[in-house]
Amino acid sequence: MSDTTTTERYEPGTHPDMPPPLLESGMIFWVRKNLLSSWTNATLTLVGLYFLWLILPPFYAWAFGDAVFTASDRSECQSLGDGACWAFISERFKIFIYGFYPEPERWRSILAFVLLFVAIGPLLFDKFPMRGKAMLFSMFYPFIAAWLLLGGFGLTPVGTDQFGGMLLNVIVGVTGIAFSLPIGIVLALGRASKLPAVRIICVTFIEFIRGVPLITLLFLASTMLSYFLPPGTTFDLLMRVLIMVTLFASGYMAEVVRGGLQAIPRGQYEASDSMGLKYWQSMRLIVLPQALKISIPGIVNTFIGLFKDTTLVIIIGLLDIVGMGRVSLADAKWAGLSSEVYISIAIFFFLFCFAMSRYSLYLEGKLETGHRN
Amino acid sequence: MASIDTPAPSAQTDSGQRNFLARLWYNKETRGVLFQILTVAGLGAFIAYITSNAIANLELVGKTFSFDFLNFPANYDINQSLIEYSSKSTHLRAAMVGMLNTLLIAVCGVISATFLGFFLGVLRLSPNWLVSKMVYCFIEYTRNVPVLLHILMIHGLVTHALPKPRAAQEWANIADSIFFTNRGVFSPMPLPQGGFNFVIAAFVLAIVGSFVFARWAKKRQDATGQHLPVFWISIGAFFLLPAIAYVLAGAPLNWDFPELKGFNFRGGFVIRPEFLALWLALTLYTSAFIAEIVRAGILAISKGQWEAAMAVGISRARTLNLVIIPQAMRVIVPPLTSQYLNLTKNSSLAIAIGYMDVVATVGGITLMQTGKEMETMIIVIGFYLTVSLIISTVMNWYNERIKLVER
Repeated sequence: MSDTTTTERYEPGTHPDMPPPLLESGMIFWVRKNLLSSWTNATLTLVGLYFLWLILPPFYAWAFGDAVFTASDRSECQSLGDGACWAFISERFKIFIYGFYPEPERWRSILAFVLLFVAIGPLLFDKFPMRGKAMLFSMFYPFIAAWLLLGGFGLTPVGTDQFGGMLLNVIVGVTGIAFSLPIGIVLALGRASKLPAVRIICVTFIEFIRGVPLITLLFLASTMLSYFLPPGTTFDLLMRVLIMVTLFASGYMAEVVRGGLQAIPRGQYEASDSMGLKYWQSMRLIVLPQALKISIPGIVNTFIGLFKDTTLVIIIGLLDIVGMGRVSLADAKWAGLSSEVYISIAIFFFLFCFAMSRYSLYLEGKLETGHRN
Repeated sequence: MASIDTPAPSAQTDSGQRNFLARLWYNKETRGVLFQILTVAGLGAFIAYITSNAIANLELVGKTFSFDFLNFPANYDINQSLIEYSSKSTHLRAAMVGMLNTLLIAVCGVISATFLGFFLGVLRLSPNWLVSKMVYCFIEYTRNVPVLLHILMIHGLVTHALPKPRAAQEWANIADSIFFTNRGVFSPMPLPQGGFNFVIAAFVLAIVGSFVFARWAKKRQDATGQHLPVFWISIGAFFLLPAIAYVLAGAPLNWDFPELKGFNFRGGFVIRPEFLALWLALTLYTSAFIAEIVRAGILAISKGQWEAAMAVGISRARTLNLVIIPQAMRVIVPPLTSQYLNLTKNSSLAIAIGYMDVVATVGGITLMQTGKEMETMIIVIGFYLTVSLIISTVMNWYNERIKLVER
């Protein structure tokens, strides 16, 4: 048969394509190149497979195979299967999300959450329709959200002690980032300033914030902050936490913005000087728009860090999603299900933070190709 | 929008006094000075205001501002201390125990996270698709889950999944001397006897000797071009010299073995579950970040460096050692510094699982007992600031040393 194929004659340019050589493409080639290219490589593959075999089948059995999805208490779970007891999570799911936010008012927190995306849309995507007008909405969003969540002016008031669960994480994280951005910009400008007094004050503040753990700042908020206010004033624990988290985030934000400022070529500053622009004009019209644009990935990364750090509020007694999880674990009906609780909270955080880090990577890639000089 | 140089028209027509002030305002330098004076005055006023508030508030609740409480007995127990401590010791002593515990977890965490991070970073770049993707999954999972959750999960794992001491006696041990239990990991404790100083002396000698030898080998290589395996000889000296001294001194080391008494092990060396959980969690969390930093650092070195080294005939291992890593370190060190700082600060989360660090002792129990919020928080914050400062100074010094020498 091979004889006939080799002897057959073709007009030039009419020979049919030959199949690719088996060992140079396709599955087998891929496996040989990526998994078995050398002895060390093959060993690594075997070790990797062994690890997967150690981890995956037992985990699958625990999380899906032997898991119980509907039950009314722990003992029923145990009688139905010896895997995870997800029934507990599905029963407590709403508590994890809303905390003790009153049931009939929960639509308000959902609405605030949806509006959050409407508000950050124009900030993150430059092709947003009617961006200028949408930005105005973004500016007023914090007040709208505060009104929706707290109530008053026609809505049933809800005390901040009823905030909890994931709602609380999102509130603390978003507030911290939203308010720390302007403070951080001012601090970064102060740090880059030619005026020594301003520079020293800003550097001291930034380094102080970055030098201490968030926990100590939260302790300050819960134990000491009221000492520094006029005698007799008290205010809400959540409010104090929000102030401290904002200050904390602004220290980090200042460094991100400083990175952006340093990446702007000197020529831009000099050009705006030669146009006769004053300091604030040149900052507002020339420097900051460019600096902030290239800082966006850093800002998103700061937000991811801050969002993860919002879990620390449990240490001063606020019940965020981790706090709610720990409270639920104390329920005698469902005792001993900590793995289920922690793993579902971990999945929740992973989804949020992973999505955001992908977005920031996408932005970095997009900015990389942009003309900078 | 008057431009900078032309004074405002009103300033020309008004009185001289007004003119002078306007000139001051429109002069860039004097305005800078004025602005600074205003800023400092504003800040001073703010500080004076909150200080007066604090004094008034302290008077109102009848508290004084003093550090006397540090000399009073602490009256609480600390389950892990590197120095002598009992509940009769002073608050100062308790504070020191807490600080040492924080430093211990920070040092252990930094060392293990650096090793694991470099290891994972290199594996992430491995040509092996499977291993690279597995490391990628691990890194992404670890980075995107709060460190507090890691600590709680691993603490749960350590205290629930490990057996009780009695069961550990039967199956969870290595050679009947190291026991893994839910009360901690127990191992034999070395008790140095009289002649052990010789072993320590031999070890110090090995360190000094290897430094001297490395310098001599470098000189010799510069003169003759011959290369000596400095690394392996030094490693050999590290193990051999103390071992020889140990044998010559007549094995001056006794071991205190842990024994099961009642419900728990007694004696030996114990790593408490809180320490273990915190250490593991901080190591995993930080190593994921370090791995990404290392990967970025190695990728930042251009391919031409590899090719140039190959062209002059340097072996692959020595290329990595002499060409790639030194250059990658310049990219790696600054972000690595902030990871070390983060790890130290994250160790304050110890309080969530009851590891007695500085926040849990001074900022926790001492604060509750004495009611000295301000003084205790000053101690805690001062401690963290000092540690942060020391870490950044050391790392900046190192970064300065490995920096590209520009001529």
